[in-house]
Amino acid sequence: MSQKAQVFVECHHVGFRRNEKAIFSGLNMSIKKGQITAILGPSGTGKTTLLKLFCGQLIASTGEVLIDGQDIAELNRTDLFKLRQRMSLLFQTGALFTDMSVFENVAFALREHTKLPEHMIRDLVLLRLDSVGLRGAADLMPSQLSGGMARRVALARSLALDPELILYDEPFTGQDPISMGVLVNLIRQVHEDLKLTSVLVTHDVKEALSIADQVFILAQGKVIGSGSPEQIKQSDNPLVKQFLYGHIDGPVAFHYPAPDLAEQVLNYD
Amino acid sequence: MIDVIANTGARCLLVCQLIGRSGLFLVNILGWGKGFKAPCLRVIKQIHHIGVLSLPIIVVAGIFVGMVLALQGYSILSSYGSQEAIGQMVALSLLREFGPVVSALLFVGRAGSALTAEIGLMKTTEQLSAMEIMGVDPLKRVFSPRLWAGVISLPLLATLFSLLGIYGGAFVAVNLLGIYEGSYWANMQGSVLFYDDVIKGLIKALVFAFVCTWIALFHGWHAKPTSEGISQATTATVVQGSLAVLGLDFILTAVMLGGF
Repeated sequence: MSQKAQVFVECHHVGFRRNEKAIFSGLNMSIKKGQITAILGPSGTGKTTLLKLFCGQLIASTGEVLIDGQDIAELNRTDLFKLRQRMSLLFQTGALFTDMSVFENVAFALREHTKLPEHMIRDLVLLRLDSVGLRGAADLMPSQLSGGMARRVALARSLALDPELILYDEPFTGQDPISMGVLVNLIRQVHEDLKLTSVLVTHDVKEALSIADQVFILAQGKVIGSGSPEQIKQSDNPLVKQFLYGHIDGPVAFHYPAPDLAEQVLNYD
Repeated sequence: MIDVIANTGARCLLVCQLIGRSGLFLVNILGWGKGFKAPCLRVIKQIHHIGVLSLPIIVVAGIFVGMVLALQGYSILSSYGSQEAIGQMVALSLLREFGPVVSALLFVGRAGSALTAEIGLMKTTEQLSAMEIMGVDPLKRVFSPRLWAGVISLPLLATLFSLLGIYGGAFVAVNLLGIYEGSYWANMQGSVLFYDDVIKGLIKALVFAFVCTWIALFHGWHAKPTSEGISQATTATVVQGSLAVLGLDFILTAVMLGGF
């Protein structure tokens, strides 16, 4: 296989601004097929924005985002929707459809995109729910689920159409240790069973390093460190170190930029 | 001075932008979606939410507006000794004006605000994004059925409103005010024209339905994804929807009566 074919997502010099504020500038990244890639970074560095750029919900202002070799900015609506059927995004909150039961949520994409008979849809949905351990919850409504369960249902839903690429937006945020462990395991298992390309966006360093094959660390609109978890751990970039070990002060300052304290306190007018 | 001009310009640009955006939005939601049965079922489900659940308020309002019209009409008409024409008066005011306008106002308050809040919340919880990423166009899947349901529901609600109003009027006129029942109905039969009164009233209701649902859906779609944003969007729906109904009512009446 050529080098090109092994890359699923590629960013070339991507720049993106929102309300005059540059979120990314000159971002380069390539995500290989069949690997788990973790994108780490402090809150507010635009990790979720990056995922939205991958899905074509937002369009980069400069540079290009290639998904499987196709420039996402140049696709028309129909082709974009076709491409999206091959990928799926797991939202931070799950984003389950609140007016449908768990079963209907998972069946949604199957009903929309296939003409499978009802009994087949039923079997597929139950299998997917079984793989996340929630077959018994098929008839519940999303409001009756705990946060961790909702995320597992959302995972089952995103797997319904057998995607090739799955993007996780902060999958571990706000989970207790048990459901955190369950999710980490599920992500790894699903990745191996379905031969997916997985991309995790997170700030949970420990979990991410434990399952990722490849890690990118984002800060200040750029990739500041990349490589295997081992390489990242040995990085001597002060910003990478501060983030990995959670030092309070460092390149990312504890203080929001402000004039000198003594000066501001004494010069009251 | 320059500021004033600049501000006016900026305002105008904003208005143009709004017209463009809402127009594009409308074009996108006018579709029907794939197949026949599934979209039909969705429209029926929405008719239940938008139309059927608005029935209580429409029924009560219709009966009372009819009864009040009879009382008011009697006090005016009797001073000319023509209280027998009360049936005609009640029926014409309901079919031409009160039916479409009052039900549209109630519709904006009851169904329009609910639509905006529902869609705003779906947006806030990223359900619409999720749908889009699953390769399903939310404009077709979520918005179109609601638009069609609104367009179907309101004319039916307005008809029911007028009908019940006429019976409410009959009850007051015949049972309380002692008008001869035969003259109530005969006067009405003699003066109400099917095309000029009934159909023109229905056309009004249809236009109101379209505009109100459009406004409600548009505000939901553009609501800021915060609780404050949703409350602002809901308020905007009710205020703009009501004003649109009243403004359009004048224009439609002027055009259809052809007074100019």
